[in-house]
Amino acid sequence: MHSTAQWRKNALSMTENSKASSRPTVADSTLSAAIEVDRLVKLYKQTRAVDGISFMLPRGSITGLLGGNGAGKTTTIAMIMGLVLPTSGRVQVLGHRMPEESAAVLGRMNFESPYVDMPMRLTVRQNLTIFGKLYAVKNLADRIAKLADDLDLNDFIDRANGKLSAGQKTRVALAKALINEPELLLLDEPTASLDPDTADWVRAHLERYRKDNRATILLASHNMLEVERLCDRVIIMKRGRVEDDDTPDAIMARYNRTTLEEVFLDVARGRTNGAREDAAR
Amino acid sequence: MSELFLHRGISAQRIGAMILRYWYLLMSSWPRLLELLYWPALQIITWGFLQLYIAQNANFFARAGGTLIGAVILWDILFRGQLGFSISFLEEMWARNLGNLMMSPLKPIEFLLSLMAMSLIRLAIGVIPMTLLAIAFFHFNVYSLGLPLIAFFCNLIFTSWSVGIFVSGLVLRNGLGAESIVWTLMFAIMPLACIYYPVSVLPAWLQYVAWSLPPTYVFEGMRALLIENTFRTDLMLGALAINAGLLVASFWAFLALLRSAKKHGSLLAGGE
Repeated sequence: MHSTAQWRKNALSMTENSKASSRPTVADSTLSAAIEVDRLVKLYKQTRAVDGISFMLPRGSITGLLGGNGAGKTTTIAMIMGLVLPTSGRVQVLGHRMPEESAAVLGRMNFESPYVDMPMRLTVRQNLTIFGKLYAVKNLADRIAKLADDLDLNDFIDRANGKLSAGQKTRVALAKALINEPELLLLDEPTASLDPDTADWVRAHLERYRKDNRATILLASHNMLEVERLCDRVIIMKRGRVEDDDTPDAIMARYNRTTLEEVFLDVARGRTNGAREDAAR
Repeated sequence: MSELFLHRGISAQRIGAMILRYWYLLMSSWPRLLELLYWPALQIITWGFLQLYIAQNANFFARAGGTLIGAVILWDILFRGQLGFSISFLEEMWARNLGNLMMSPLKPIEFLLSLMAMSLIRLAIGVIPMTLLAIAFFHFNVYSLGLPLIAFFCNLIFTSWSVGIFVSGLVLRNGLGAESIVWTLMFAIMPLACIYYPVSVLPAWLQYVAWSLPPTYVFEGMRALLIENTFRTDLMLGALAINAGLLVASFWAFLALLRSAKKHGSLLAGGE
């Protein structure tokens, strides 16, 4: 078992920013890597949505994928999930190549995204039952009961999904994402449109889940406080490229900023060189 | 047998989960159930009375009793079979649930098999009451056709699945903007399938096109049975052979369109 500092160090040594010679081979990293992305490109006609990014996420890590609208975060996550085919490059998830070997890993991962919904007319329990069966969850009734307790779903578990508040729907979507106790959890804006209390509650649950299950979490977010709190590593994307990749503290230090939000604004407004020079001085 | 399924990676549990998902949906929505019954009932009543009127005024129709009602029932098997398949698919698009399914261990073949099962269930809900109405109001018992009815039914349902699989692939690739194809494509083959008239009515060159469609064989077979009391095995085998080719082609097209959807990011968009 790596210490947190150790796997952070390993992860950072394997990113695009490191020297090619220090990048491990697939065989070396397969055992420890939850996700490996290598020179990934996605072209939509003339638009380079993702432009040759590489990174490796060790198992058990929580990584934040930051970037403005159109930075390529969702496309990157979709390619990792196998929902979008890369134009070139390679994605490997839990030791299997995506999308070619997706059948071997889809049951071990899960996701939550604002781009999908759960069927509205079905009750929460019906939805969880169906997804539990799709993921071949054993002792499904017990699993649903536990999720209902953990995520506080009991008050509305027999209510139609379409009749829930935004906060309740997010908790249900999280329950679906956790139904199979995934080793890898991909989250796209997991707390978008939630009030601060519910958002904080969701973050606490994710932290607990990672700790209890040693799961790997990759989350795309615009909420910098969320990323600072949850993530031990941050990948900042801009126009389809990896702009920076480090621990939140190291990135803030490099940009001479005290919050990730300030760093985000520097990156978004193209002040990266100046900020880095300021930090160097 | 179970080893074969395991070897090919097809899971009965996942197919069952999808059928359960559509069953929950049907049972939660009375308008959906009502719609399944409404159109077939309307069809049979309208065409049934037309058949009665014609039969009173034309010797041929008096002799060929039931050809119109029989054609209406068989056409509904074809049309409702495809709709039953495609609407279950559209429910996933409308619910923005396709991403969840595609990200789950559910395989495309399992998804399609569950849609086929749902098309049978929806068809049963809509068409069985329709056949009972035909017996009650017009004294036409489609079940009296006996074993040939099974051959007609199988051929029509295979065609409806092929069309359903293909149009679902088109919607998957092009989003809900292509939804109208679901409702209209079957009508494009309606004049050529010779539902209400024999193939000989068509111009010679169009007859070649008509004979490339499996339903043409079924409707010709039905007329042969009702008018001449002859079961044309050759027609049924011809339809079966074309259907086999159509089903394979539609599976292939669906997978190609799914791949294209993944290439173009359509699974995330899902809208128009």
